[in-house]
Amino acid sequence: MSKSLSRTALRAGLASVAVVSLAACGTSSSDGGSAAATELGDTEGAVSILAWPGYVEDGSNDASVDWVSGFEEATGCMVDAKTYGTSDEAYQLMQSGGYDVVAASGDLTLRLIAGDLVAPVNTDLLESYDGIFDFLKDKEWNSVDGVAYGVPHGYGANLLMYNTDEVTPAPTSWDVVFDKASDYAGKVTAYDSPIYIADAAVYLMTHNPELGIENPYALDQDQFDAAVELLKTQQESIGEYWSDYLLEIQAFESGDSVVGTTWQVIQNSISTGNTDVVLPEEGATGWSDTWMIASESEAPNCAYAWLDYIASPEVNAQATAYFGEAPSSSAACDFRDDCEAYHAGDEEYAAQIWYWTTPVSDCVDGRDDVECVDYSEWTKAWQEIKG
Amino acid sequence: MTTHRLSAYLAPRRRLRLASLLTAPVLWLGLVYVVALAALLVTAFWTVNELTGQVQIEWTTENVVEVLTEALYRTVTLRTLGIALLVTVVDIIVAVPVAFFMAKVASARLRHLLVIAVLAPLWASYLVKVYAWRALLSSDGLIEWAVSPFGGSTPGYGIVGIVLTLSYLWLPYVIMPIYAGFDRVPDRLLEASADLGAKGWRTLVSVVLPTIWPAIIAGSIFAFSLSLGDYITTRIVGGSTQMIGTLVYTNVGAANNLPLAAAISLIPIGIILVYLAAVRRTGALRSL
Repeated sequence: MSKSLSRTALRAGLASVAVVSLAACGTSSSDGGSAAATELGDTEGAVSILAWPGYVEDGSNDASVDWVSGFEEATGCMVDAKTYGTSDEAYQLMQSGGYDVVAASGDLTLRLIAGDLVAPVNTDLLESYDGIFDFLKDKEWNSVDGVAYGVPHGYGANLLMYNTDEVTPAPTSWDVVFDKASDYAGKVTAYDSPIYIADAAVYLMTHNPELGIENPYALDQDQFDAAVELLKTQQESIGEYWSDYLLEIQAFESGDSVVGTTWQVIQNSISTGNTDVVLPEEGATGWSDTWMIASESEAPNCAYAWLDYIASPEVNAQATAYFGEAPSSSAACDFRDDCEAYHAGDEEYAAQIWYWTTPVSDCVDGRDDVECVDYSEWTKAWQEIKG
Repeated sequence: MTTHRLSAYLAPRRRLRLASLLTAPVLWLGLVYVVALAALLVTAFWTVNELTGQVQIEWTTENVVEVLTEALYRTVTLRTLGIALLVTVVDIIVAVPVAFFMAKVASARLRHLLVIAVLAPLWASYLVKVYAWRALLSSDGLIEWAVSPFGGSTPGYGIVGIVLTLSYLWLPYVIMPIYAGFDRVPDRLLEASADLGAKGWRTLVSVVLPTIWPAIIAGSIFAFSLSLGDYITTRIVGGSTQMIGTLVYTNVGAANNLPLAAAISLIPIGIILVYLAAVRRTGALRSL
């Protein structure tokens, strides 16, 4: 596949040139204006949205999945949507500018705020904001010093999935993929991303309390090394690392994987009926996505209109159901019949989730006497773990 | 009439004729291939701003030194090399008899059908074929079903799976040059060899193999170089295996570290250049 390698290379080369030149033009227009709007004016007629696949559907992928047309009719804002595959890609696109609204996961939001690429959001201007679950508001991944930078969209946990025929008794702990992983050697699976190191850290929080881990995204060198060591041992039992959820579905259906991390939507999609999911007693990692407004947006009124619209119960229900995650309000559950499966609004359940956050050298747990391991080191370690 | 005047004008001007003919393709090759490749190679000597993740033009050999010294890259390079060599050997072992049959034994009609059969997989999407192999290799797949009565089991996802899948994918690229090589061996050479008393084996080793050797090398270049850079197959049937391609992919995607990715991609380019230099003397490049 040297063809696609050289294509990647070509794209890499061009992208780096583009990034450099765009960065050069971008510096002139910064006016430090990151103040939230105080009132709304007339809509501008168009809005450009950057989001995960499945978040902005206009019926072109599936005629029955369409919540963009309703928005365009109601507000007169024509939607121009672009999807991205990774948080890093989204960050690069936001730097290049031209987007009014972005849907960001917790491992992206802080970078956008720090880079002054998104503006605070005046939530008083949004009718739908009041109905949103309180436990999703004013969190470290969507707010800074009590100032909201966006509207919560949906959330979910990285659960433990197991094959009910092969894994008995039913597991209640992550130990089946860590300390007892060798029992299922060759059939254990794990999420293929550096952020998975946090899953090992969550496990160590309970099982190695002497390491003193307070937050799985704030690991000092010793804590980090312990997590990496745990994952290197786990690697010997791994059959497959997954990042494509369709491959994971197929691996569990065929029995190639019998235990490992998963998403609720995967369990819902498996047709063989011999799998189950559990939120283990140690807790779990997860994601919580936020709709944000670009600081340089040329269509702030349309952007506010979109934030209000996508958070309204019926639309939020439709969008989160299509993606396979819990909605952001209890009113949205009136429009969905599967809220129970996603534990929507279950505060106790949500409290056990450590939402994805970008690891930075400034420890996010508030420690200032040590330096934490940052994401670039996580990435390097992840490649070494896979070997 | 203008065309007539144009040709009258161009007729005595040979250089201008040549220039107008070649400018477009040369420009295309030069810009798309050489410049893009150069842009990539240069990136390897730049660095990434840790805070913003942007590529900075700040000259450093750090990335290249890291790739050359860290154990991870050595392990993955050796693994990738091993896989590429295995794929090449498997493909040649399968391709030589098939190509021989097509060129020397089959009737003209059958030969035509066989050429189409060999080329047919190339008309299907790469991804479809790899996903088909994922289904085949699965523990409830066809391979398991076929070998389990005899006490065997599917190799599953991993290095063996990668080698099988890549061998299948690149087989047409290996068969076709070798088939062309056999086709160029005149039948009368084989007859002469027989007349001089050589048995089948002797003819194969002393007459046929030396003539088609460049063709075999030409086929091996395809299988070897295509395997070296692959990352999609590895992600689908590779289980937890990492190859050079997947390392490049992670560094571009998840890590957002283009300079390091560029530095890693120098490894397969270097290996291929060495390989091409080594086989140049066999005349294989003329058989491509």
